[in-house]
Amino acid sequence: MSVIPSKDTMLTELKTHLGATLKAITSVSVAHGELTITVERDSIVKTLEFLKEDSQCRFETLVDLCGADYPDAAERFEIVYHMLSMRLNQRIRVKLRTDEIAPVPSVVSVFPVANWYEREAFDMYGVVFSDHPDMRRILTDYGFEGYPLRKDFPLTGRVQVRYDEAQKRVVNEPVKLVQEYRNFDFLSPWEGMQAVIPGDEKAGQKS
Amino acid sequence: MADQHLDRSKSSVIEDMDDRKFTINFGPQHPAAHGVLRLVLDLDGEIVDRVDPHIGLLHRGTEKLIEYKTFLQALPYFDRLDYVAPMNQEHAYCLAIEKLAGIEVPVRAKYIRVIFSEIGRILSHMLNVTTQAMDVGALTPPLWGFEEREKLMVFYERASGSRMHAAYFRPGGVHQDLPPELVEDIHKFCDPFLKTMDDLETLVTENRIFKQRNVDIGVVSVQDALDWGFSGVMVRGSGLAWDLRRAEPYEVYSELDFKIPIGKNGDCWDRYLCRIEEMRESIKIIRQCIDKMPVGPVLPEHSKYAPPRRAEMKSSMEALIHHFKLYTEGFHVPAGEAYACVEAPKGEFGVYLVSDGSNRPYRLKIKAPGYAHLHAMDYLCRGHMLADVSAVLGSLDIVFGEVDR
Repeated sequence: MSVIPSKDTMLTELKTHLGATLKAITSVSVAHGELTITVERDSIVKTLEFLKEDSQCRFETLVDLCGADYPDAAERFEIVYHMLSMRLNQRIRVKLRTDEIAPVPSVVSVFPVANWYEREAFDMYGVVFSDHPDMRRILTDYGFEGYPLRKDFPLTGRVQVRYDEAQKRVVNEPVKLVQEYRNFDFLSPWEGMQAVIPGDEKAGQKS
Repeated sequence: MADQHLDRSKSSVIEDMDDRKFTINFGPQHPAAHGVLRLVLDLDGEIVDRVDPHIGLLHRGTEKLIEYKTFLQALPYFDRLDYVAPMNQEHAYCLAIEKLAGIEVPVRAKYIRVIFSEIGRILSHMLNVTTQAMDVGALTPPLWGFEEREKLMVFYERASGSRMHAAYFRPGGVHQDLPPELVEDIHKFCDPFLKTMDDLETLVTENRIFKQRNVDIGVVSVQDALDWGFSGVMVRGSGLAWDLRRAEPYEVYSELDFKIPIGKNGDCWDRYLCRIEEMRESIKIIRQCIDKMPVGPVLPEHSKYAPPRRAEMKSSMEALIHHFKLYTEGFHVPAGEAYACVEAPKGEFGVYLVSDGSNRPYRLKIKAPGYAHLHAMDYLCRGHMLADVSAVLGSLDIVFGEVDR
């Protein structure tokens, strides 16, 4: 009777295997039972091909592809690929960094499903994918401007839509708010407050 | 299908001489579009040449909105994704938070979650198989099926107070315990439901018209299913025994006895059969859960992630403060990232959660199964007849709440 290896040993094995074989990896980590690797931007197509073909990986399904925005970082956008191997029952997360200008190589040639996911990442973050067959917006309205999921895009948006009876068509106009959007800061002053309370400047100093 | 592909290569020659291509809009207001989908179809006679789905008509910016809400306030948005099986979505979100924060879920809450996940599965499959029958011409199945759905939604209402947008699952468990009468009524529902299923099957499964419209239509091979990122019934219909309830058992699924129905040919009819069998298995799971469910708390006690009991708040100042802080500031989730997924009725529904240690999600990506499935419309419909488009679309099981988000 063969012993089924536990999830953790499988992950460590895969981690060492990837560290030894994939040169483009810049970091490998395991957290919450999930394996994450970070790769260089230009090597993503090769990396995903390897992960798909390699006998110890067999990540044949691209589950998800999404962007994330970290405005303070030098390269502000992160593209996250989630992959799954139905044969070996394991998952991996591949990440890479990019900015507003540098294009990310498209992985549509490896996984056809990436087509819409990359369109979505472009639509939401303005990340450009090179060699993509059909780089159009997907979720936002026809003629939409801006990239809504960027952290500097306001929650309320920039335009509002209304049917104009006089012009007999739908018109876009700048957002008018009757009341300012309220953004409460609930962070507790006893635990998380960084700002100095007036008159309390000496509180943190030791005498 | 093979000779239809042949026809297509021939037709491209004809096209040069006489441009007979025809472009039509399917939707956005079309009953067979299952919501607000606009399909731009390039037709060559009655053969579909290209399908270009235009989605996003129901885009509400859920992911953006969630970034501005506390973890608890973000929960009800998940009901509004796949609105025919709301609690399954909440489940994935709760699992993601529990993974990041390391919350232990009490056993009774796990059973309750499984019961309602399976009720959600029946809700979704019942809607899908009956409306698919309607798409190809039947009228009675939806009438019968929706009656059963109504009963299930009453269970939703009795547990959570709402027929559809339940907001019942919470990080750490479920909001309230089930009253014993409700558990009894769910148990009583099971047997008559199986009878209705049998009746429904006599009406649809072997029906000549239904089979003519569905057998060998929209065939998905195992390789297609992998390439196009399919999950759920879309892979099982092609014969791949993949179910997250088995492969990555969450909650108490590892202790329950149920089967994973798989198809053989990967066509619309096989997927229909899978869904029918899955509903029967769901009933089996619900029954087992009711039998095994222990008595106990449904939320972790003395936890920063769950509200204190009402009685405690009457006497304890700390409990009162905790309650106030929990519902204003909300709890903080440790910094980190996690991906949690559940076997939702439509496939793998995943939540990728990035937390920066504050009381709001920093980034939350919703992986909706329908998005990948709809993407394959073009691939699946090429070479089919125009009338097959609605059959394929029906069997993909699309709900626009989750596709557009």
